[in-house]
Amino acid sequence: MTQDKTKTTSQTGWGLIFTCWLIAMAALFGSLFFSEVMGLKPCVLCWWQRIFIYPLAVLFLVGLFSLDRSVVRYTLPLAVIGLGFAIYHYLLYTGFIPESLQPCDKELSCAEINLELMGFVTIPMLSIFAYSGIIALLLIFRKRFCP
Amino acid sequence: MKRNMIVTATAILFIVLFFLATAIYKKQSQSEQENASSINPEYIQRDYSPTTGPADAKVTIVEFFDPACGTCSAFYPFVKKLMKDNPGKVKLVLRYLPLHQNSGVVVQYFEAARLQGLFWQTLERAYQTRDAWIDHHVVRPEKFWLQLDGLGLDMEKLNKDVQSAEIIRRVKQDIQDAQQLNVNKTPGFFVNGKPLVYFGAQQLQQLVESEIAANY
Repeated sequence: MTQDKTKTTSQTGWGLIFTCWLIAMAALFGSLFFSEVMGLKPCVLCWWQRIFIYPLAVLFLVGLFSLDRSVVRYTLPLAVIGLGFAIYHYLLYTGFIPESLQPCDKELSCAEINLELMGFVTIPMLSIFAYSGIIALLLIFRKRFCP
Repeated sequence: MKRNMIVTATAILFIVLFFLATAIYKKQSQSEQENASSINPEYIQRDYSPTTGPADAKVTIVEFFDPACGTCSAFYPFVKKLMKDNPGKVKLVLRYLPLHQNSGVVVQYFEAARLQGLFWQTLERAYQTRDAWIDHHVVRPEKFWLQLDGLGLDMEKLNKDVQSAEIIRRVKQDIQDAQQLNVNKTPGFFVNGKPLVYFGAQQLQQLVESEIAANY
């Protein structure tokens, strides 16, 4: 009975981290597709968001074999910092923060909207979805499996 | 073990999806590019552009180039060789797409040199001396100017012509046409109006050869 319970918890926990890995992988390949295939040059803020999502794809993978509960400790800070950059970028896009305050050079403006999927989904928005999804899953994981 | 498989399969799936999406995207942008040029073939070729090779050649390579672009410089001898290997069949039309900072000024110098009949010499000199007038991807027109010794250019006339309205208009037109054609990297090649979708020397050679086979 106890053994069964341990088994299911570990399965759920593994599933949570696996989903985190899926999100990170989607972000990794998605961003590479935007820059390398579609030729949208990443601006400075895009690079900062990449810096914090790329290692997550590796860290989650390592944490999956065998399931390491402390993976939360190492990945959550990265995801939170990344989310900060994503929100900042999104606010630039929407014009909430004026463009003159942003750190990019004129040629590669961070506020210039390059892509809108279905008319409203922008790249910083995707980034916010990815980071907050990962953070939410990690918080659930921590609450349930990390005493 | 099962988890092992799930993760491996997912990773492979991601990679496959990426390449599949790449292939679909390239195909799509190719047809878009072809549509743009079928709407208006002028986007690809204007009558004012510098041209070399036999006038009656049935294969025309159009190259959008940036003098500060290292790949353009590396491709130049290759394109020349393609023309030499197929004597009388291939001509080259150059169009400007100065993407580097200040590169537009160098391009205007080319046009000014063209008025003195020294376009190709100036272009070749620019490619040979690239390192001397580009600092960290930024073009230094004043340093470029120093490289023009010994070409036989009338420098006074050159400096005057550089600012001519017609030259500025042509460069602007080239850049606009490149945008219409979705050419956003240099060199951007078209052979008889067909875009080179997968970039590479071998791919360019194949495209040129297939056009030669179709027209001769």
